[in-house]
Amino acid sequence: MALLEVKDLKVRVEEREILHGLTLTVNEGEVHAIMGPNGSGKSTLSHVIAGKPGYEVTDGQILFRGEDLLEMDPDERAAKGVFLAFQYPVEIPGVATMTFLRTALNAQRKARGESEYSTPDFLKKVREVSKSLNIPQDMLKRGVNVGFSGGEKKRNEVLQMALFEPSLCILDEMDSGLDIDALRIAADGVNALRSPKRAMVVITHYQRLLNYIVPDFVHVMSRGRVVKSGGKDLALELEASGYTQFEDAA
Amino acid sequence: MPAVQETVERVKRIDVDQYRYGFETLIDSEKAPKGLSEEIVKFISQKKNEPAWMLQWRLEAYRRWLTMTEPTWARVDYPKIDFQDLYYYAAPKPKKTVTSLDEIDPEILKTYEKLGIPLREVAMLEGVEPKPGEQDPAQRKIAVDAVFDSVSVATTFKAELKKAGVIFMPISEAIREHPELVQKYLGSVVPTSDNFYATLNSAVFSDGSFVYVPPGVRCPMELSTYFRINERNTGQFERTLIIADKGSYVSYLEGCTAPQRDENQLHAAVVELVAHDDAEIKYSTVQNWYPGNSEGKGGIYNFVTKRGDCRGANSKISWTQVETGSAITWKYPSCILRGDNSRGEFYSIAISNGFQQVDSGTKMIHLGKNTSSRIISKGIAAGKSQNTYRGLVTAHRKATGARNFTACDSLLIGDKCGAHTVPYIEAKNSSATFEHEATTSKISEDVLFYCIQRGLSQEEAVGLVVNGFVKDVLQQLPMEFAVEAQKLISISLEGSVG
Ligand SMILES: Nc1ncnc2c1ncn2[C@@H]1O[C@H](COP(=O)(O)OP(=O)(O)OP(=O)(O)O)[C@@H](O)[C@H]1O
Ligand SMILES: [Mg+2]
Repeated sequence: MALLEVKDLKVRVEEREILHGLTLTVNEGEVHAIMGPNGSGKSTLSHVIAGKPGYEVTDGQILFRGEDLLEMDPDERAAKGVFLAFQYPVEIPGVATMTFLRTALNAQRKARGESEYSTPDFLKKVREVSKSLNIPQDMLKRGVNVGFSGGEKKRNEVLQMALFEPSLCILDEMDSGLDIDALRIAADGVNALRSPKRAMVVITHYQRLLNYIVPDFVHVMSRGRVVKSGGKDLALELEASGYTQFEDAA
Repeated sequence: MPAVQETVERVKRIDVDQYRYGFETLIDSEKAPKGLSEEIVKFISQKKNEPAWMLQWRLEAYRRWLTMTEPTWARVDYPKIDFQDLYYYAAPKPKKTVTSLDEIDPEILKTYEKLGIPLREVAMLEGVEPKPGEQDPAQRKIAVDAVFDSVSVATTFKAELKKAGVIFMPISEAIREHPELVQKYLGSVVPTSDNFYATLNSAVFSDGSFVYVPPGVRCPMELSTYFRINERNTGQFERTLIIADKGSYVSYLEGCTAPQRDENQLHAAVVELVAHDDAEIKYSTVQNWYPGNSEGKGGIYNFVTKRGDCRGANSKISWTQVETGSAITWKYPSCILRGDNSRGEFYSIAISNGFQQVDSGTKMIHLGKNTSSRIISKGIAAGKSQNTYRGLVTAHRKATGARNFTACDSLLIGDKCGAHTVPYIEAKNSSATFEHEATTSKISEDVLFYCIQRGLSQEEAVGLVVNGFVKDVLQQLPMEFAVEAQKLISISLEGSVG
């Protein structure tokens, strides 16, 4: 059974159809890259999978391990292992990052009927992961993403991904705003999480990221549809020729 | 196991006979007839064995009250109160007797569980009575002491306070035992003629606390735990008087995070604080009275007058409040900064949900030189509630060098509620520096979704974001209470988004 199956998905936002029948299948252990011009609906797809309110699904299906994802509340989806690294992570003033991580992790564990982490176990885990991502402990005492640089915010997303150990990771433009070194650190963090049990959907505009996170499949999105799919070489092709060749296909 | 069931299970495991209503229950059915008159005022005074001067004081207040009318300037709306249709004296009623925690509404138990209040305290707050005739009282007393020791805890506190010279007792006792202190200070901050509700309180106040901290003494404990246990029967017209003599310090915590219901719909308390030279009073309140049902019926009307007088040089008074309950809150804890270099602080979290109406804020009256004040107000409005911050900062002609900083933030949850900020600023000398900042924002859908995507439920997400919003104020609360207040905030916002 596929981990994620998006079938002929049609989505409206404020009376306007954004996704016009999108199909995508992701199996455990696979890494898929989604590329496509601005406004083609990449973030919309990721939001609908995660369950963000404000989107109306008018047709189609999303199955997660065969279960109807659209029937689940977004926190239920998270507990089942759907993780979205946001293109624009928000700031939460007054809530220490550490508190946030712990609250979220325990909420997920509780929802799955698992016991909460003990304080020492939790701290140990956070320390390990943040060290590998080059995130200083001081940063974790600050409000969630408050005053973080663009790169720090993205690293904080990867940190959460590593902590929560989701089975489906959707990374929406995690490379935007990162300098070369930060990109490498974040990509290393993501690669460390690659596993036969976990799948990743990497949304990006740039082939550069795919040099670090090498995908098994590349999909091109245009105007609310997947218009071409292929192996990792498709990204190189796109880099050379741009998206115009697909505009007609859409 | 879900929390509710767990609570119920845990409750069942407890042999409730080990507990008794851990403090005085006055099962005195005597009750004055409805309405207010000189006779009733006399009756109250007599009931309390008060000296003649006290009766005189009450009567003067009563006559004054007859000439006054209810204030209408606050942004609150409620049916007219018929003051002749209320009881002004009833010996505190015991709660409906239950013999085991099983009989208590599981919803209420759920709230306690969420607040993390130990069950032994739940048993007491909810008035669980032992089954009659099952144990001999003396034996039971021993069991009580071993398991839940409210009486002896209170006694231990008293002994320790006495050693330090701190007087801490019900004001009705203080009137008899320390008349010189009461006469000197009562009404010296909030005069009997102050305002409609304060004047009414002066005429009919039931009871409350009296604290006197002698010169140079740092009160050895937060006057809180004791009070939390014993606050039950203070009634609707509470009167509190706290005096910190020269160079002393006291921290006082009023209220309770536990849900509180009361038969009396109208509450009109008066609190007076006096800080002499170099003294400091920290007064914290957690108010969680019944807010009314989901249709906005019932609920407590809370009309409170709280004022602190920084009478001496270098004195300091700090108010911290967490207001989550009541149908109507009308409350402006204030500071009169009389002494040179004195300082007043007001930290407030006011949460309104459902149909609640909150009109709260503070007054900082700068009279002395180089006085300073700080106001941090966090208003959170949800449901169909209205939440108003009303603040006054004034500097007298002689208050040279007066400084005030005000930050007033409102957070709206949903689009059927309202938040309003009404600041009055008045400087009568040019050397005063007043800074005022105000923001109003809506709780961000994106922020909520971010939290929910990470596994939090909608309600947990709101609770987390709101607790972040009020963090600066929460930090002002005594440690142990900050944790409870934090949970209380999340609970009071339940059902606010949906
Ligand atoms: N809430 C909304 N209201 C109206 N239109 C929306 C909304 N959200 C998305 N859209 C529109 O849907 C289309 C797809 O947006 P989306 O953010 O999914 O694109 P994207 O592929 O992620 O683009 P980018 O590469 O710039 O991030 C855009 O035309 C956008 O304007
Ligand atoms: Mg996007």
